[in-house]
Amino acid sequence: MEKLQINYIDTDIIIAGGGTAGCYGALKLAESTSKRIFIAEKANIKRSGCLAAGVNALNAYITKGRTPEFYVDYAQKDAEGIARGDLLLSMSERLNECTRDLEKLGLVILKNEDGSYAERGTRNIKINGENIKPLLADAVNKNSRITVQNHINIIDFIVKNNKIYGAVAIDMVEDKLYIIKAQVVLCATGGAAGLYRPNNPGFSRHKMWYPPFNTGAGLAAGIRAGAEMTTLEMRFIALRCKDTIAPTGTIAQGVGASQINSRGEIYENKYGLSTPNRLYGTVEENLAGRGPCYLRTKGISAEAEMDLKKAYLNMAPSQTLKWVEDGEPSQNNVEIEGTEPYIVGGHAAAGFWLSSDRQTTIDGLFAAGDVGGGCPQKYVTGAMAEAYIAANSIKSYLENKKDKLSPAEYEDIAERYVKVESKFFGNTVKTYNIESLEETMQKIMDNYAGGIKTHYKYNEQSLIIAAEKIAGVLNLSVKLHAVNMHELVFIHELQDRLLLCLFVIEHMRARKETRWHSFAENADYPNQSNEFNKYINSRLQDGKIKIIERDLVGREEYYEHTNR
Amino acid sequence: MSIQIDKDMCCGCRRCSAVCPGMLIEHDADKKAQIVYPKDCWGCASCLKECPAGAIKFYLAADIGGHGAVMQIKRQGNITQWIINKENSTTIIKTDSKAANKY
Ligand SMILES: Cc1cc2nc3c(=O)[nH]c(=O)nc-3n(C[C@H](O)[C@H](O)[C@H](O)COP(=O)(O)OP(=O)(O)OC[C@H]3O[C@@H](n4cnc5c(N)ncnc54)[C@H](O)[C@@H]3O)c2cc1C
Ligand code: SF4
Ligand code: SF4
Repeated sequence: MEKLQINYIDTDIIIAGGGTAGCYGALKLAESTSKRIFIAEKANIKRSGCLAAGVNALNAYITKGRTPEFYVDYAQKDAEGIARGDLLLSMSERLNECTRDLEKLGLVILKNEDGSYAERGTRNIKINGENIKPLLADAVNKNSRITVQNHINIIDFIVKNNKIYGAVAIDMVEDKLYIIKAQVVLCATGGAAGLYRPNNPGFSRHKMWYPPFNTGAGLAAGIRAGAEMTTLEMRFIALRCKDTIAPTGTIAQGVGASQINSRGEIYENKYGLSTPNRLYGTVEENLAGRGPCYLRTKGISAEAEMDLKKAYLNMAPSQTLKWVEDGEPSQNNVEIEGTEPYIVGGHAAAGFWLSSDRQTTIDGLFAAGDVGGGCPQKYVTGAMAEAYIAANSIKSYLENKKDKLSPAEYEDIAERYVKVESKFFGNTVKTYNIESLEETMQKIMDNYAGGIKTHYKYNEQSLIIAAEKIAGVLNLSVKLHAVNMHELVFIHELQDRLLLCLFVIEHMRARKETRWHSFAENADYPNQSNEFNKYINSRLQDGKIKIIERDLVGREEYYEHTNR
Repeated sequence: MSIQIDKDMCCGCRRCSAVCPGMLIEHDADKKAQIVYPKDCWGCASCLKECPAGAIKFYLAADIGGHGAVMQIKRQGNITQWIINKENSTTIIKTDSKAANKY
């Protein structure tokens, strides 16, 4: 390849990533503004991101007789207080409206005889979530106000003097670089998988919980542009069915299966029922020599077994295949294990540091969904609620913003990127390649930064080693060779994850306590400390990671960035 | 965890490659679909659901407990038939997109 061809696109609002938050945010914007909306999606919005295979239930809903405050209490408690009250409350207040919107789009929701939604526990409702993404995508594709470009990968945001002016993307197939000019960007590229060595590192390396194609691109682009991050040390580690890494909640809640060790003892009550503790208990039982651990399904009825198989076909078909191929759940208990850690703001609280109106610390860069920090337990409806809030804020923001970069400035930027990107095709390094550096990164994180190998524990010394080694891999990555555009995207995915690894490591070093078992288990400081009743934030400053400590924000507060 | 594509059955419609969230499927000179990054498959089954020719099969690799069974999909209206072929038996499970999960 000689040189990438430059394409300029002019719009008002870029939506980076057409997943759950991106699609819904675009629909909400199209309802309320006449501005041009452009979705840039690396895959195809019909089946991209977390919702590709379908989902099981709506996990965030204000059930009968309960209030948004009830949901905030739950999420705050699960996060041991390190969550933003303001963000959680404004999200919780919109969960049910987002649910109704999904139903209007065609989502099937189980109803009681009186027409109310059938609830599962105190926060979930039952649905058929197999086609949830095609439903959202269909509505977007039909909306003439929204332009969708599939198969283009955002690699950076265009930022000058801390204000956003667009984004840079590369085509997944053709030799093209895109300069997308805009006044606002809504970042909705999801969280990050693939930082740590996965459960199945061989042929099935991508049989993981979080989508392996969400590689933290928006977070890394934000970091490079100087955006502040929060709570990256709160990694999310899922408790999953062994091998298939399918969800366990459906079995646990559906047929009331308890977590048992290999002796048949129920152990879950011993460690507490918060999300981290359910996982931690399993780790501890294994360490004590009482593993493997299971969900007790032996003896469930034939009807319950069939309902389980169908529920899994609608979200994780590999689990049903496994049961048919390898033994039915009524005959065998289902073995469970912890996954490798992920960075996911929709489950834990890691992500962009946001104002109450979902603006990042970069003027005009908004964020929603799994990229958004401080607001855990979002799930599908919470990601939508955040996009809804961001859409409202973007509408007001655009009312008095007019300034633009000159065409010459955009051309300069384009030429700079073409030079950097084209270099990868000319690189000739032979001793390592994209795959081997990815494995190296995952091994370093696994061994020294609290991966599966060390039962999620780390200490100051191991983190220092991890940081040094990851920085070394980042240096090597600039010499990688790409044979085509897809490989160029792979290089960006690797570099984004390496940068994120460095930030995650510094965050873990800064929280000198163990606030959450397994999610951030600092062996030097095994207990919680009141000194750390605060957020650990960070920012790239003069090429270095700067750690910033911030006071907790309560649900009654309205938080604006005053010192960005 | 990955997929196999039967070249003889593929009609080259490109629907599978259009939707794969990892862009793992490409086409050869005869427009036939092929998975170019089999180890990168997430197992989401999106490609199977799109394929009008039933040319795509889904399997568990040996490292996650697979021993040869394959799964295929047939869709008609609301009903999806999930057909699992093992060495000496076939299991068919039907799901209805208009019916919510009981769990
Ligand atoms: C397997 C799984 C099962 C789940 N089950 C449930 C459930 O049953 N109930 C529930 O309520 N919640 C569930 N969740 C959580 C919920 O699905 C997510 O929290 C939510 O969908 C996140 O939305 P998002 O928009 O932030 O991310 P996504 O929906 O993943 O969207 C991110 C989008 O950005 C795109 N993208 C990424 N990088 C780039 C780039 N560089 N350029 C352009 N585009 C890019 C991706 O392709 C994707 O389309 C589940 C999550 C997973 C992973
Ligand atoms: S199962 Fe999903 S990830 Fe695998 S090839 Fe098909 S669409 Fe792609
Ligand atoms: S969807 Fe099926 S028929 Fe169409 S290209 Fe893919 S494999 Fe071939």
